[in-house]
Amino acid sequence: MIRAALLIMGKDLKERLRDRSAIILAVVVPLGLAFVMNLTLGPVTEQSFSTDVAIHDADGGPLAESFAAMLASIEDEGAITVVRAETADEARALVEAHDVSSAYVLPAGLSEAASGGTDAAILVVSDPDQPIGASVGVALAQAFASEVNAVRLSVVTAAALGAEDPRSLVEKARSGTAPIRLADERIEGRGFDFATLYATGIAVFFLFFTVQFGVLSIVGEREDGTMPRLLAAPIPKSAILIGKLLVSFVVGVASTVVLWLATTLLMDAEWGGSFGVMLLIVAGVTAAMGLTAAVATVAKSAEQAGSITAFIVVVFGVLGGTFFPVSRVSGAFSAVSRITPHFWLMEGFRRSSAGEGIIGILPSLGAILLFAAVLGGIGLVRARDLVRFQ
Amino acid sequence: MADPVLECAHLRKVYGDLVAVDDVGFAIEVGETYGLLGPNGAGKTTTISMIAGLLDRDGGTAAVDGREITTGSTAAKAAIGLVPQDLAIYPDLTARENLRFFGKLYALGSDLDRRVDEVLEIIELTDRADDRTKEYSGGMKRRLNIGIGLLHRPKLLILDEPTVGVDPQSRNAILENVERLGTEGMAVLYTTHYMEEAERLCDRIGIIDDGTIVAEGTRRDLVALVGEHGRLHLETSGDASAVVAAVSEIPGVESCTSVGATLEAVAMDASRVLPDAVLVVTNAGLDVHSAEVSEPDLESVFLHLTGKALRE
Repeated sequence: MIRAALLIMGKDLKERLRDRSAIILAVVVPLGLAFVMNLTLGPVTEQSFSTDVAIHDADGGPLAESFAAMLASIEDEGAITVVRAETADEARALVEAHDVSSAYVLPAGLSEAASGGTDAAILVVSDPDQPIGASVGVALAQAFASEVNAVRLSVVTAAALGAEDPRSLVEKARSGTAPIRLADERIEGRGFDFATLYATGIAVFFLFFTVQFGVLSIVGEREDGTMPRLLAAPIPKSAILIGKLLVSFVVGVASTVVLWLATTLLMDAEWGGSFGVMLLIVAGVTAAMGLTAAVATVAKSAEQAGSITAFIVVVFGVLGGTFFPVSRVSGAFSAVSRITPHFWLMEGFRRSSAGEGIIGILPSLGAILLFAAVLGGIGLVRARDLVRFQ
Repeated sequence: MADPVLECAHLRKVYGDLVAVDDVGFAIEVGETYGLLGPNGAGKTTTISMIAGLLDRDGGTAAVDGREITTGSTAAKAAIGLVPQDLAIYPDLTARENLRFFGKLYALGSDLDRRVDEVLEIIELTDRADDRTKEYSGGMKRRLNIGIGLLHRPKLLILDEPTVGVDPQSRNAILENVERLGTEGMAVLYTTHYMEEAERLCDRIGIIDDGTIVAEGTRRDLVALVGEHGRLHLETSGDASAVVAAVSEIPGVESCTSVGATLEAVAMDASRVLPDAVLVVTNAGLDVHSAEVSEPDLESVFLHLTGKALRE
């Protein structure tokens, strides 16, 4: 029986390689899509924020120096890039040309006015076409102004309370660290980076399509008229079913492994430890085979089976978080997503990517294999109906 | 006498309320070609599907080469070659790859390559053996379809309407191949709704209608069974009335009439009577300018038995 099953598998794989459908759907399309999504969406969602600002210092006093120092320290953090403008008009022109998101104009006499207690203003020119950068620019100026006001209030208060040398207090305030600092910090641990999210998400999504090649070819053999010849051959009926399941298994595992290796090498995706990843891939392929087998037993044609499977796979893919992290959606949606094998595969890959070992991915493996057992059981119980000649 | 290659009796298949095949039985000897003749929907394909082990039967028995055939009996299946009505070949594989795949399923072993070459020769596809079959003409595909059935030298070859949709040239080639198989000792079960094919190929014919065999035998048996008579038509050089009495005396002649130089006789076996009739006419001093024998055919037999035409 195994010999006959392997013969059927070999024949099917040769056919699939000849018509190139398996290679295109199983490798080329998902790999291409992963690259495109990573290239187009990755930078927007993953890169640290940075904006360009301009400054024109017509004051030249200590307050202006302090403001410039604050901007310089933030520039050192990589959050902004500071451009010097010679005139106020030049600063405005930079904003109008969208070269910077904000421009600070420090008027002459700013420091003197501030220390003298009269009205002192930093003019912030913002680009409405760069709303985030503009907001940051305004916020920085407001924060500086608040800090200055707080320092002045402290000095005045200290002087009023009899401090011996208010001038030294001012010096201390000036020599302190910049009042504002931007920091980019992420929670360490279990999240995907976007390259890995797209790589694993697309691999999981397409896995449920590629596995169809084997199981649905049983229906195809009926439609193409070759099933009677297989059934008339001196081989057990089960050899036909096993041969087709082997095709699904080989195509599913091979395509996902290719995606795993390619996205790791070319996109720096982090799938995690090899053993855990292989276990997840094998479990996922088994679940996909179960789903396809269950659908094939109720479908009247390969086309109908393909359509039903496609519908289920797309819904499961969306619910299961193959396109975006389920953690970003509401609780009800998140709860529903847990009925899909896609969710558990993504959860398994997420944990694996975060460095968790076999123990960490065991719940995912269990859930996926349960799904495979239930649907695969339905498929096997009805296998007699599946392998028929009409 | 050797045991029949195929022996089936009381075959029955029911789909819900529809009795597709009921009490069908026949046997096929070594080297015999048996035709199952009937219109579309008569039960031919259901019958051969049970015999080929594709379909579980609801009643009856079937044995090939002495082994009972069921859907799970791999040993009996090895003795059968099936040529399904629909093309059963893989379009993305070449003819050689198709043959090799099925040859391996039938465990041909070391004989495989040689046998594949032989079959390619028989079906005249040697030159195109390594082209993908999706590039073949309809006739070439049909020939390969038959070749796969022959590959493992089955004791019983089942051909299910192998000439449906085939051009006349390919059809003739297929019929010649089937004729040769019979002479080479293979038992052949041939289903068709073409009366001419059954008459040309088959040693015995079972006429099937509504799932039941309504008559069985050689072509002659069938014609005799329904009492149909052949007609003899002679154009002579003179007054044919002079020989009417003498021709009527020839054994097998039922009746004889004449109109001028034309002589008409009705006989059980008009072809056999013809030489005697010509002899009687020439002995009477008349020349025979032309002779024509109109035999009753299976079409008329089917019409007589079922009240409908084969192609209905």
